Amino acid sequence: MSEATAKSWYWKGVRDGAPFVLVVGPFGLLFGVVGTEAGLNIAEVMGFTVLVIAGASQFAAVQLLSENAPTLIVLVTALAVNLRMAMYSAALVPHLGAAPLWQRAVMAYFLVDQSYAVGVSRFEDTPQMTLPQKVAYYFGVVSPICPNWYLMTLVGALVGKAIPPEFALDFAVPITFLALVAPALRTLAHVAAAGTSVAGALLLAFLPYNSGLLIAALTAMIVGAQVELWTKGRKA
Amino acid sequence: MTGPDTFITWVTIVALGIGTFLIRFSFLGIIGNRQLPEWVLRHLRYTAVAVLPGLIAPMVLWPAATGGQPDAARLAATAVTLGVGILSRNVLLAILSGLAALYLVLFGLG
Repeated sequence: MSEATAKSWYWKGVRDGAPFVLVVGPFGLLFGVVGTEAGLNIAEVMGFTVLVIAGASQFAAVQLLSENAPTLIVLVTALAVNLRMAMYSAALVPHLGAAPLWQRAVMAYFLVDQSYAVGVSRFEDTPQMTLPQKVAYYFGVVSPICPNWYLMTLVGALVGKAIPPEFALDFAVPITFLALVAPALRTLAHVAAAGTSVAGALLLAFLPYNSGLLIAALTAMIVGAQVELWTKGRKA
Repeated sequence: MTGPDTFITWVTIVALGIGTFLIRFSFLGIIGNRQLPEWVLRHLRYTAVAVLPGLIAPMVLWPAATGGQPDAARLAATAVTLGVGILSRNVLLAILSGLAALYLVLFGLG
């Protein structure tokens, strides 16, 4: 009985996750192409995609690697992009925190923007779900998303070499990041953080080892948080 | 084209993989059901918009492919991607519009 309901929750998850293949697929394809263009071989491109499984930070790392930034700077910058996942991890604890450790470890590996957003909204809408049902649903959501991420990256890496430099693919990374950031520019605080980041990175570009970017990013986070406090204070 | 050093690349991949996993596993596996302080959450909300725009700003203004000279195609692509992204909130549509603008100026005016 509970076996059967867990199974049906798994398939509900698959259905809810499936539309995101349209977002994750092209993104994976692009990472494969950009990684190959940056001079990585297929094993290295797939290493990123399977071991890191976090698109924006992978693009950031590849970009800084090809600028010959020091490894520590590459790591700190790319990990900063992924810090938001600590929020996701905290948000899932009330729902999945009682699962066995090995299941929590596997679910953590598959914790991406989509599994967090779809999972938390379903769990909050359906409080009567049991723990095994929630776990089954979560794995259902990632089932169409993550394998397609690997597969489309591989396709991108295979076709990447065939694309000539006239196509200006160096600019695929900025376009992707602009597209990722633009929808987030919905509050004054987000706009202020983004503006600080741009101004800081340009003004501090003379600093060695790409360290200007880190200083700019740290300042931008503080500016975002302060502007949020200030705008909230004015509303209250 | 020769890429980055193989050893350094793999060190980066493995370390970034472990670090990212630890961020994802942090609360779910280690810290458990404890609330993050509000000031920490407030800063975490801005991590993506704090890092990504600064990373690409020099690539927009001083692209390596043109020897560091600003160029019309890349500036047009930037404006279109940003505009479409803000108005539509659709990531994929913004990427496609930006690429379309890039190629229109590159090949149309070139």
